[in-house]
Amino acid sequence: MIELALTITYAAVGVSLLLNLVRLARGPDPTDRILALDTMVINAIALIMLLGIAQHTTLLFEAAMLFAMVGFVTTVAFCRFLLRGDVIE
Amino acid sequence: MLIAEAVVAALLLTGSFFLLVGSVGLLKLPDLMTRLHAPTKATTLGIGSVLIASVVYFAAIEGRVSIHELLITLFLFLTAPVTAHMVAKAHLHRDRATAERLPPAAGGGGWATLDDDPEPGARSEPSGP
Repeated sequence: MIELALTITYAAVGVSLLLNLVRLARGPDPTDRILALDTMVINAIALIMLLGIAQHTTLLFEAAMLFAMVGFVTTVAFCRFLLRGDVIE
Repeated sequence: MLIAEAVVAALLLTGSFFLLVGSVGLLKLPDLMTRLHAPTKATTLGIGSVLIASVVYFAAIEGRVSIHELLITLFLFLTAPVTAHMVAKAHLHRDRATAERLPPAAGGGGWATLDDDPEPGARSEPSGP
């Protein structure tokens, strides 16, 4: 039962990443692209968690945590760059 | 054991549904301010369900209680409003049409991110560099 649910969830997350990629390529404004990248990070975290469940290991959760942190810092840095023209003033 | 498996499967399916809904909304909604609202479902409900599924899975089936997932949930819940605020602010500064359609701010002083301070020097703390 869990295997079937995992397969369906893998497919859903994969489709979500593709949709985000379309928005990333199409997005009329840089802010749309930043938002698409942020959502891609969210989906990638979900993918890492699913891999952890499928392989019966808790080792991957540190990777997911680091990914969440890096994604947050990246998004804030991009927005900062758009707002001020510089990341660290 | 069967109940735990059913709970994990149901949580995974809920999470996948909300992740998909967030991304479809990101693609389909008409402008950035509405698009901003779709991925929050993916962040809170989608990731939340997947993380709770993982907690239940490792606690009930593998017999290991791990709290890393709760840490990730806490971090995402703390940072999601900050990123949404930053993206909206960047959008307001880049898009004049949206900035002009904003309702007047309470107090008559204008929007803090767009307009100047109406009474410079009224606040006691020193202003930034």
